[in-house]
Amino acid sequence: MTATKTKPGAGETGTKVMTMIEAITDAMRTEMRNDDRVVVFGEDVGKKGGVFGATMGLFDEFGEKRCFDTPLSECGIIGAAVGMAVYGMRPIAEIQFLDFIYPAFDQIVSEAAKMRYRSGGEYTCPMVIRSPYGGGIRGGHYHSQSSEAYFCHTPGLKVVIPSTPADAKGLLLASIRDEDPVMFLENKRIYRHGKGEVPLGEHVVPLGKARIAREGEDVTILSYGAMVSVCEQAAATAAQAGRSVEVVDLRTLVPLDEATVLASVKKTGRVVVVYEAPKTCGYGAELSALIAEKCIEWLEGPVVRVAGFDTPFPYTLEHLYMPDEKRVLAGIEKTFTW
Amino acid sequence: MSLELLTILDKDGKAQKGKDPNLPAAELQKLYRLMVTTRALDDRGLALQRQGRIGFYLQSTGQEASHLGAAYALKDSDWLFPAYRQPGILLLRQVPIDKIICEWFGNSGDTSKGRQMPVHYSFRQANFVSISSPIGTQLTQAAGAGMAARIRGDDTVFMTFCGDGGTSSNDFHTGLNFAAVYKAPVVFICENNGWAISVPSNKQTCSESMAIKADAYGMPGIRVDGNDLLAVYRACKEAVDRARRGEGPTLIETVTYRMASHSSSDDAARYRDAKEYEAWKKKDPIARFQQYLKGKKLWNEAFEKECVEAAKAAIGAAVTAAEAMANPGPETLFDDVYMNLTPQLKEQRQELHDLMAKGGVGAEVGHFPL
Repeated sequence: MTATKTKPGAGETGTKVMTMIEAITDAMRTEMRNDDRVVVFGEDVGKKGGVFGATMGLFDEFGEKRCFDTPLSECGIIGAAVGMAVYGMRPIAEIQFLDFIYPAFDQIVSEAAKMRYRSGGEYTCPMVIRSPYGGGIRGGHYHSQSSEAYFCHTPGLKVVIPSTPADAKGLLLASIRDEDPVMFLENKRIYRHGKGEVPLGEHVVPLGKARIAREGEDVTILSYGAMVSVCEQAAATAAQAGRSVEVVDLRTLVPLDEATVLASVKKTGRVVVVYEAPKTCGYGAELSALIAEKCIEWLEGPVVRVAGFDTPFPYTLEHLYMPDEKRVLAGIEKTFTW
Repeated sequence: MSLELLTILDKDGKAQKGKDPNLPAAELQKLYRLMVTTRALDDRGLALQRQGRIGFYLQSTGQEASHLGAAYALKDSDWLFPAYRQPGILLLRQVPIDKIICEWFGNSGDTSKGRQMPVHYSFRQANFVSISSPIGTQLTQAAGAGMAARIRGDDTVFMTFCGDGGTSSNDFHTGLNFAAVYKAPVVFICENNGWAISVPSNKQTCSESMAIKADAYGMPGIRVDGNDLLAVYRACKEAVDRARRGEGPTLIETVTYRMASHSSSDDAARYRDAKEYEAWKKKDPIARFQQYLKGKKLWNEAFEKECVEAAKAAIGAAVTAAEAMANPGPETLFDDVYMNLTPQLKEQRQELHDLMAKGGVGAEVGHFPL
């Protein structure tokens, strides 16, 4: 089966101010127009357009064959997507909340992730699993978790987390076109917080390339998702106190853009890693180890992790659990005084 | 219907009147030869494991009619999402024996590049999707592939297999449910061989049969004598035709028996009554089909000898060739994780290469310090 490509972006040009969720919809719409192998499915993604509205309008434009509701089974959604991808489609499977993905874990880590390797490259599994993650929305522990580390620990999966509307579109287009399974994790707190210019039509941000969200000289913050804007605020506050902070938005956790990360750390000599998942064995642990292995001699102080605590995600006290600007600022200071 | 047992051949190999699908003589002989060759493969596979020449083996002995009769109902363009006890289908689909045996050795001739334990085949040329060890996962994938075919308007039919143990898996429920809801062109074969390693099928379910479970999903459930090739074929042909007509999936339970232990790592004598084995041995699917052919004058000692010797010769030559082949190169360890190597994998490949160059890793005798 091959893609029936029409004009990329169907002739759309220019930019439009969008929220992140609108940019995500725009990416799917763009690629569904380009490639009839792309189908979107999950719970409530059809007529309703998704519980967060990510698939709004796709059912109307592309019909039930290409945008449809499934029975309430994450294992089924992902297992079916694996079968579709193996057969030659480009499925985009929505898991309503990342907290509900665990029934599909077997299909993700044992099947999608291993299909290419175990078949010696005979069968492949190009598919995207989109799922909202993250806290700060009063969702309690079944609507707030950040479990990206489980997937980063599985060879065969790519893990992508955008932090801006333009990146959300560009990275999602790249993910749909990728030849391997991609976990595309969307921080739900920033779905509608802030808007940005997003190119219409064709707009691809390659996987595996980090973004310098803010340049600085004294300390590097490594982060992703909703934490990037928290770090940017902290950086702005720190600047008033004379600290020049560089913020690196990783964009892709797997494969990681090590070159950008290491160059920034070597430049500043100080690192704070910020993520909202539980601290222990989180992605920040990998970053800390990487820095220790590859550029410890450039460091002026310890690598500091500012993360969620090692508790289940709380409800009432989530403001204490989540890393915020103050905790990031405290982390920055720790790299100077220890 | 789902409690009745569909049978065509009686214990003496006579076909019941009006039920014989009347396959052409050459096809009947071909199917017999395939069953004999499948069993010869199993015998040799286990022997090689016992001799320490391959790491693992898993037999399908006693289940030859069940999986060959099922897959024979398909067109070559139809797809299989198999479990791990249907090796005869590879022969049916003309996968060279050499390729099958290279998989046992995991050598450089193995299509899956030595990435899996023996018998976890993948043969794209045969539309035979890569087998995994987790139980049942292929059922939901077959449903998804069937959904895809419907979306695209293809007339491909998908056949997928599990055992009696597999009916307890999440994916049994999910796969059947999805396939039924979307009317996916899927034929689910549950090969009920009585045992999931050491656990008998009455510990898997309180249902009166496996086939009866189909009722709950809104699809037909057929219970068929799995040691009767003609009955399995007939049930599956109806299900395949139904699927191709766009009428949705079917669940077929083939009632059979695992005549060997679960695998080369298991000893069924520790938990299974020998009398049970003896009773089933009398229902051996190959012997029964042989009687049927004999009745049609399509079998004699000379034909038997020729089938067995041809199988042994082909297998013997393939084993000799496979055993002489090198392992996949060390650099292939890193291939096919993704389409392209990530920077991290490139670095790790270099790290292994450098260590090997110093003789510290992968060499017969290591040196320390490196």
